[in-house]
Amino acid sequence: MSKSLFDKVWDSHVVRKIEGGPDVFFIDRHFIHEVTSPVAFLGLKNRGLNVLFPERTFATADHNTPTINQHLPVEDPLSANQLKALEDNSNEYGISHWGLGHKKNGIVHVVGPENGITFPGATIVCGDSHTSTHGAFGAIAFGIGTSEVEMVLSTQCIMQPKPKKMRINVNGQLGKGVTPKDVALYIISKLTTSGATGYFVEYAGDVFENMTMEGRMTVCNLSIEMGARGGMIAPDETTFEYLKDKPLSLKGDAWDAAVAHWKTLKTEADATFDKELTFLASDIEPMITYGTNPGMGIGISNNIPDANTVDGGVATYKKSLDYMGYEENDPMLGKKIDYVFLGSCTNGRIEDFRAFASIVEGKQKADHVTAWLVPGSHEVEDKIKAEGILDIITKAGFVLRQPGCSACLAMNDDKIPAGKYAVSTSNRNFEGRQGPGSRTLLASPLVAAAAAVTGVVTDPRDLL
Amino acid sequence: MAYDKFNILTSTAVPLPLENVDTDQIIPARFLKATERKGFGDNLFRDWRYNGDDTPKENFVLNNPVYSGKILVGGKNFGSGSSREHAAWAVYDYGFRCVVSSFFADIFRNNCLNVGVLPVQVSPEFSEQIFNAIYDDANTEIEVNLQEQTITIKSTGAQESFDINSYKKENMLNGFDDIDYLQNIKGEIETFANGLML
Repeated sequence: MSKSLFDKVWDSHVVRKIEGGPDVFFIDRHFIHEVTSPVAFLGLKNRGLNVLFPERTFATADHNTPTINQHLPVEDPLSANQLKALEDNSNEYGISHWGLGHKKNGIVHVVGPENGITFPGATIVCGDSHTSTHGAFGAIAFGIGTSEVEMVLSTQCIMQPKPKKMRINVNGQLGKGVTPKDVALYIISKLTTSGATGYFVEYAGDVFENMTMEGRMTVCNLSIEMGARGGMIAPDETTFEYLKDKPLSLKGDAWDAAVAHWKTLKTEADATFDKELTFLASDIEPMITYGTNPGMGIGISNNIPDANTVDGGVATYKKSLDYMGYEENDPMLGKKIDYVFLGSCTNGRIEDFRAFASIVEGKQKADHVTAWLVPGSHEVEDKIKAEGILDIITKAGFVLRQPGCSACLAMNDDKIPAGKYAVSTSNRNFEGRQGPGSRTLLASPLVAAAAAVTGVVTDPRDLL
Repeated sequence: MAYDKFNILTSTAVPLPLENVDTDQIIPARFLKATERKGFGDNLFRDWRYNGDDTPKENFVLNNPVYSGKILVGGKNFGSGSSREHAAWAVYDYGFRCVVSSFFADIFRNNCLNVGVLPVQVSPEFSEQIFNAIYDDANTEIEVNLQEQTITIKSTGAQESFDINSYKKENMLNGFDDIDYLQNIKGEIETFANGLML
């Protein structure tokens, strides 16, 4: 039978098939962070188990780290305790650890690819649902729970039934001001947050083929927001070019051999999918969300939908609009905003800062807007400085913070206050996600930049 | 982490008929800072359950003394969002042993199975029947029989069967977890790893 990219990678990692049950699935690369790993290590200790392949696990601190004054001790004792646990556990079991202050520290899904830990055809897991990011490289990558973190530490395997397969094609040319984030938010708005549950997605079509690796990572990152366990894109020259000469990428003959193998990781012409969807690039405009899940997104020039026109329960929908303080049929353009967050594993890469700078250059931050610009890693931070982006954003009245997950999930001090509106380049607009009572509008870095300088929801195409 | 064996659970149930209940509602991120699996039940549905000053919100179902039990009945697409197992721990720690919904998010369902909470997916019609039965009489008992893979509304006798793969079913019936299984095939895993290029 003809195989898809997903089949090829999945099938080559099955250690054992269990009749009527899951596959024993081998994991090539395992990322851990301070929040979802401590209990897994505790489990190991309680059972007297060891880490089977410590060289396949990589630790970085990101979820609750501060984004200012990182040279000072972490003030919150609970966060400090988790960071220390990550460091101690990594040291005890011989795991590479990029803690706070380390020059390679940053968001796990940013530092993995930029150091060449991620590679095509790999199986990658982390106790974080946005692990799907690494699918951009043609890897099978997905989030796991802490029990599974313990399994991977102790046996390098988890038990997983093979998901169903979905292919999403987007063809054509994206319009001016339409970014990979908009493509993803558009697809999620069509599928809803449960439309791809039970599936693993392959993204295909010229829109993805023409995307940079940063763009592909943004798209794959958001796969989980339509319920998919993960999403992936076939590796090509763009992928190999990105990975070549990364610190932990293969070198010399080994690299050449790997590339030769990776070139075979394509879906065969007559491979079949359980579900296939096709969209047109020309139908997509800059997107923004108006509700409390990532499926509640619309083109920025549209009005908030009427309750009678949406799928699902009217009560749930109205509760969501109530929380947001919005009315049905209202336009999104012109809505006042209070905060802007540029960052996260979705949009915290160098391209995102370039995009933000392209809008704010020569303009000024709106007085009433508080903006948090948080690079995904020190490497991103270094590039921001080297490329002159820091000068541009500083002149426009913005301040660059230090790397971490920050206001995406507000585990550190970067919390949006109750009732305030934030245009955020992150991945979730759930109630209270960015702080108790916070109201999140998910959007691209361009839309975030436009809002930051005008103080209201603004079509970035008017400023480009 | 070992957990209680699951066989037949007969209990009243707590109704939460909202759709898309995400894991940030089940347990907000700021309560994920423990390094031990303790005390998560106190923060289950924290921001729906308590006001900013920690006083209970009277209109939230967990604060309504009429409803209690070991079964939580949620709306469609329960547990979407983050992979935090803390959400499943919070559900377990609060005292629930079973969550019923017409649709579950993948990772949450998986996490439940790994910590001893049985996720039971029912048809939208049966879900409606359960909500109606509970709202008619909060003392209505629901019986979940894992061996038979059935869920029954005791007052009406209405019954539906549910899916679970046979491996996970055996695990839950016996209180085993995946690590027990994987430890026993470590040699096979090491041989497999030796054959990999990277």
